[in-house]
Amino acid sequence: MKLDAKIPAGPLAEKWERRRLELKLVNPANKRKFEILVVGSGLAGASAAASLGELGYRVKCFCFQDSARRAHSIAAQGGINAAKNYQNDGDSVERLFHDTLKGGDFRSREANVYRLAQVSNAIIDQCAAQGVPFAREYGGALANRSFGGAQVSRTFYARGQTGQQLLLGAYQALSRQIALGSVKLFTRSEMLDLVVADGRASGIVVRDLVSGKITSHAADAVVLATGGYSSVFYLSTNAMGCNVTAIWRAHKKGALFANPCFTQIHPTCIPVTGDHQSKLTLMSESLRNDGRIWAPKKKGDGRKPSGIPESERDYYLERKYPGFGNLAPRDIASRSAKEVCDEGRGVGAGGRGVYLDFSDAVKRLGQDSIRERYGNLFDMYEKITGENPYQAPMRIYPAAHYAMGGLWVDYNLMSNLAGLFVIGEANFSDHGANRLGASALMQGLADGYFILPYTIGDYLARNGKGQAAGHPEFRKSESAVSSRVQKLLAANGRRTADSFHRELGHLLWEHCGMARNRAGLEKALERIPALRAEFWQNLKVTGSGEDLNPALERAGRVADFMEFAELLCRDAQARAESCGGHFREEFQTPDGEALRDDKNFSHVAAWEYKGESVDPELHKESLTFENVSLEQRSYK
Amino acid sequence: MNFKLKVWRQKDARNKGGLVEIEAKGVSADMSFLEMLDGVNEELIQKGSEPIAFDHDCREGICGTCSLVINGIPHGPERGTAACQLHMRKFKDGDTIVIEPWRARAFPVVKDLVVDRSAFDRIIQAGGFVSVNTGSAPEANAIPIGKESAERAMDAAACIGCGACVAACKNASAMLFVAAKVSHLAELPQGQVERGARVKKMVAQMDREGFGNCTNQYECEAVCPKEISVGVIAKMNREYRQS
Repeated sequence: MKLDAKIPAGPLAEKWERRRLELKLVNPANKRKFEILVVGSGLAGASAAASLGELGYRVKCFCFQDSARRAHSIAAQGGINAAKNYQNDGDSVERLFHDTLKGGDFRSREANVYRLAQVSNAIIDQCAAQGVPFAREYGGALANRSFGGAQVSRTFYARGQTGQQLLLGAYQALSRQIALGSVKLFTRSEMLDLVVADGRASGIVVRDLVSGKITSHAADAVVLATGGYSSVFYLSTNAMGCNVTAIWRAHKKGALFANPCFTQIHPTCIPVTGDHQSKLTLMSESLRNDGRIWAPKKKGDGRKPSGIPESERDYYLERKYPGFGNLAPRDIASRSAKEVCDEGRGVGAGGRGVYLDFSDAVKRLGQDSIRERYGNLFDMYEKITGENPYQAPMRIYPAAHYAMGGLWVDYNLMSNLAGLFVIGEANFSDHGANRLGASALMQGLADGYFILPYTIGDYLARNGKGQAAGHPEFRKSESAVSSRVQKLLAANGRRTADSFHRELGHLLWEHCGMARNRAGLEKALERIPALRAEFWQNLKVTGSGEDLNPALERAGRVADFMEFAELLCRDAQARAESCGGHFREEFQTPDGEALRDDKNFSHVAAWEYKGESVDPELHKESLTFENVSLEQRSYK
Repeated sequence: MNFKLKVWRQKDARNKGGLVEIEAKGVSADMSFLEMLDGVNEELIQKGSEPIAFDHDCREGICGTCSLVINGIPHGPERGTAACQLHMRKFKDGDTIVIEPWRARAFPVVKDLVVDRSAFDRIIQAGGFVSVNTGSAPEANAIPIGKESAERAMDAAACIGCGACVAACKNASAMLFVAAKVSHLAELPQGQVERGARVKKMVAQMDREGFGNCTNQYECEAVCPKEISVGVIAKMNREYRQS
């Protein structure tokens, strides 16, 4: 299979403009003849469904939550990047492009990243017009703050609830289209299969989570906006419902899965307290604007933080990366925290934690300023830990957070399957091996508002109507989904899906988490199939398939994680280099930084499913860099 | 810690429900309330029973999915906190804890502790938006918005749409929810064009859904996990009169 990214010719800055001119249009009267399915209602899904509805297409939008407003984009805290240069600090499209490409450790496409930077400004305009209450200066202009991996202030925010406010903007735009009849919304509906008829994505099979009914929907194009797969680690910052199922099912129907090993471990989360824990809570990266990260210099220093004098503290990020200090990119900040804890200098229960200290900022700005900037985050910390962060430093530790990998898409955001588009975190496209803070919201909305609505029209104009629901593939997919549900219910073992998920997550965190090595990956690849076999033999699901059954929903998602985890480790094993969030211990510089191998690994690894118990096939899309020179990332 | 739970179990909207006693044993003080329920559910499944159905997702107090009435109070005893962020250290070992779903005619029970809140979505669909198509927005800084005004808009916009306000109100009124959205958009220059029509349409839909009226009890404000002020209701009433 030859992977064609369909990147337009011409100079970088003109590529998107050129592509937009090349794209065929669907005339307004014909748009209503086309039906499009959008799966997911987060930033990418809601913005896409609303924009497509505005254009005049007939849209159906699906989400597993009880309301479109509850998709996990809502939990994004810190902000959204744009190259507005309102701060007059030297920002530009060119600089945002460069920071994002470098932040991703040169494992993303130049053309995609450049386009993302280009459309970033229009996103802020659109959201402000929707009534998103962004933070303002006293004069009424929009305010900005800084985020990791950048030396300019380009992050727009709405307190610590930026994701919520942007999502409500998109949800409201979507609600308007629902009222106008152009979008039909299906809540508590989970996509369980993609229907591919005659080589073209032609619809989906969904299960109504309340009635248990399995139905299929036919359409002329399918858009997956189903988010990331970090929940494969069990403990992550993702919501409980986040899963890999939709993209994994599409993968099994032929869509290539790209760079699954590019997972992001976020440096600033509240540490694990015990085995009962169901998820980890993120403390926004924006805290690193004013908080200083440190650990005791001495191993096993049991003193209270206030009892440790300045001279015995190691502000390790400031020491190792004086240029960026506490605002080093996420992968670097996470790995540094792990190193410090591995050396026995960690703090808190189990020694897996470091301090995030605001005492200098409180002295400099006063407690009120800190409360205004981060009040809700400080409150959240206190609720969870029972400790007051105004008085003692926070304890933080990295946690699984975001998936840079996802389904492979070309420049038009279409997968290798005709008619299957993938947007937002569900695709692999723009963040390379590491995503910078405040770039996920930017990408989700760029895809949904400003890219997909153009490119999907071109596909429809060229390919016309898809297969009708009468095609035998629909019945085939429906019955495959039904029998899988029955198989889950029939398993009459002794262990819950949750206990399997926990074990799988632990295995992955141990061997395919912040640091990976060959021996560990081999071990994981040996144990995952065994665990999967046990899952199907020893699983216990109670209740029936004919009503709301959380145990059944969970079991189905864990079953897919069990399969996906193997691909994740296989990709990590194949990529014998370190880059961004993928750190292979065998490949590091003398001072412990990620050592890339541009000669052998400057490519996108796209995996093709070949069937059960058959090894997947690796396809490579080589990455060429014409506008930047590949450098060893340095934040010193 | 050990607790005696009295949990509302109901098969579906057609069948009647009732409180069922269940033990929660070996609970850690660091657990969140939902993690305590996770533990109970694991045991129920092990024993071959159906787990308690309850809505939850982000567990960070922002998605608004969780919806439990705990000892008679929506989201439980801690102020300004959604049930997912309530921790067991707030309870005493040996306590009896009663857990019920949101109760309101406009929020029918789906199963156990899960209710149908789609009425809220329909109220937003009736007018809770600014009608601006993608691509037709002016430069973001072209319309300055005073800091105080932006902050007030944000205070109202912080609503997570959980429905605790309805569950707490003896009239099952949705005024706090509707008023939060009306206030948010009426505060901003972008919301001015549709200001009058918006409040009329949203209030009409609220009434159609079967929510009750506001009789100034302020229970809604007391249980709101985002501590949205009843001041927004006064603002909505002014908006409605002017429209």
